[in-house]
Amino acid sequence: MSLGYLERGYLEKDELPPFPSKERLKKKAVAYIECPQPIPCSPCFESCPANAIEMKNINDPPKVDYEKCTGCMKCIRVCPGLAIFMLRLRDDGMGEVTLQYEFLPWLKKGDRVKLYNRKGEEIGEGVVNWVLPPERNDNTSLVRVEVPAELIFEVRAVRPVGVKA
Amino acid sequence: MVKTESGRLQEHPIVDFKRGGEVTIYFNGQPIKAYEGETVAAALYAAGVRVFSRSFRWHRPRGFFCAIGKCSACMMEVDGIPNVRTCKVYVRDGMQVRTQSGLPDAEKDVFSILDDVIDKVFPHGSHYSKFTTSKRAREFMVKRMRKFTGFGNPPRAVFQGKAELEETETDVLVVGGGPGGMSAAINAGKYGAKVLLVDENAFLGGQLVKQTHRFFGSAKERAGTRGIRIAGILEEELNSIENVEVRKETRVFGIYNGEAGAYQRLDDENGKLLKIRAKKIVVATGAYERTLIFENNDLPGVYGAGGVQTLMNVYGIKPGDMGLIVGSGNVGLILTYQLMQAGVNVAAIVEAMPRIGGYFVHAAKVRRLGVPIYVRHTILKAKGRKSVEGAVIAKLDDKWQPIPGTEKEIKCDFICVAVGLSPTHELLYQAGCEMKFVPELGGIVPLRSRFNETSVKGLYVAGDVAGIEEATAAIMEGRVAGIHAAVTLGYGGEEAKKELEEAVKEIEEFRAGPFGERIVNGLKKCTLESEVVS
Repeated sequence: MSLGYLERGYLEKDELPPFPSKERLKKKAVAYIECPQPIPCSPCFESCPANAIEMKNINDPPKVDYEKCTGCMKCIRVCPGLAIFMLRLRDDGMGEVTLQYEFLPWLKKGDRVKLYNRKGEEIGEGVVNWVLPPERNDNTSLVRVEVPAELIFEVRAVRPVGVKA
Repeated sequence: MVKTESGRLQEHPIVDFKRGGEVTIYFNGQPIKAYEGETVAAALYAAGVRVFSRSFRWHRPRGFFCAIGKCSACMMEVDGIPNVRTCKVYVRDGMQVRTQSGLPDAEKDVFSILDDVIDKVFPHGSHYSKFTTSKRAREFMVKRMRKFTGFGNPPRAVFQGKAELEETETDVLVVGGGPGGMSAAINAGKYGAKVLLVDENAFLGGQLVKQTHRFFGSAKERAGTRGIRIAGILEEELNSIENVEVRKETRVFGIYNGEAGAYQRLDDENGKLLKIRAKKIVVATGAYERTLIFENNDLPGVYGAGGVQTLMNVYGIKPGDMGLIVGSGNVGLILTYQLMQAGVNVAAIVEAMPRIGGYFVHAAKVRRLGVPIYVRHTILKAKGRKSVEGAVIAKLDDKWQPIPGTEKEIKCDFICVAVGLSPTHELLYQAGCEMKFVPELGGIVPLRSRFNETSVKGLYVAGDVAGIEEATAAIMEGRVAGIHAAVTLGYGGEEAKKELEEAVKEIEEFRAGPFGERIVNGLKKCTLESEVVS
């Protein structure tokens, strides 16, 4: 058996959870959870008011029903694995990725950021267009970045432009 | 050279470091600025001190390692009293701290020539084979060698404090105020049992106080909440129960047929010798960090992962600029992320196993920030003279042997050893518990019933001392032990019995996944068939 992501520390394309449909991604933001390994953890499941996250038991990896997900962001606020990303495709051809951010300096709306993929490779630049400030979520800020539409399944970390990697 | 006032984190994304008033302590006679609430070790580290002691035989430099009072690497003479663990003593204005077993001090020890020069002729361990042919040569050399292994000077001062004897009685005595112990005290106390919880530290929470990350588990165990907050939540809960008494800075030194002996520190001059008669005792003493064998693993800069967490997350002191993490279990992965949060770079994580040991999501967090994770790699040696200046890692073959030619030099100024923990089981041995070596549980652990009662009737265990797991499991085990102790004392009635069964079921579910498998296999080897009768 290939050890896959446990050898590398990141998911390859064929290991990713199923993608939400284009139509769904265009409607509003949807939770995309990259948590393939059975671990005893369930705050996302417990926090979901729409019953969109399926877990058979505490060790079962979460599966999102993209049609039920309302994009309310309750799960991304609490995920201890920083494994949840809110994804959206806008009508103007751009995409949006919201991720958890716990570093200084805190990011603000309008900040330019470098974009990184799962391997930590720099893949471009984006602009922060919304944040949930850290003090409103026990120092886990939520940061929404505007990225090219084709990168919403690639961008998994950001750093402010000007701060050395 | 001692630099004052540097190395302290002024800001941090998660922790708001509350430093007390400024004080001056003296290190080998030199003044050092420190803040109230810091330990001596933390203050020295912040001031740039890396060499805390010298090894007995070859006078090799040693730094701190565990930072929680479990090892002896940071022992110094404090106000004339030798062998004080500086990681456990808080600074006080005017405090005189001196290094031991070095002339003139540990930093510039002239005897280090033993390590530098004589070691070339008589490498480590050679004294076992050298000088063995002639009895006279051996006797001569043994005498010489022993001279260098002593602690140096006789004490310049002795402890002058007064300690009055106090006898006290309780239903349940809980030893250790970490997650397991606090949970046991809460759950025994809430059903009406009189509980006394003691902890050797000046604070409750055990190692939760350095867990700045959000916890895993279910909402009931406060998953999604940061460990540092959980400590506060549990303490508040403890304080809300009237029949629970908490004594901090109280160290249990022995358990004798249901009676425990303890020393409670009140202040610098006063203490209490406690004789605690308890119907039930829950031991929740936690664990200590393991180290790993590699060349120069005693060099200052090679630290326990938890030691670095303590330094950085509790005292807000930067461990260095570039770290190397050895071990990819959850501790190693989480520490990597925490180091980056404190603005410290991590060169790499090395893991001897063919796969990442901890949770994938923890690995993904740091991988996407560019930290390489080398599986099937090990550290061969740490480089540096008085502190770490680099490391050499190499790839391992299928037989766990380094493959020649794959050596890679890593630039780093500190190395965190995150290769697991061992239970702090001394009290259990002393109390007469039946013990067993169970590798899945991290070492020597007590036999116990499914309610965590050991082979000594009325003596329970909870948390890492029962087997290395993590804080959520410790809270769950504490709940089982606490309720069972209360129930068997006649508290709580049917309701408590019902909750007890639930608690046992929940912990079984928690361990039902692949990560729990190892624990479950370990528990099979040390679970007592029936409940304790003797």
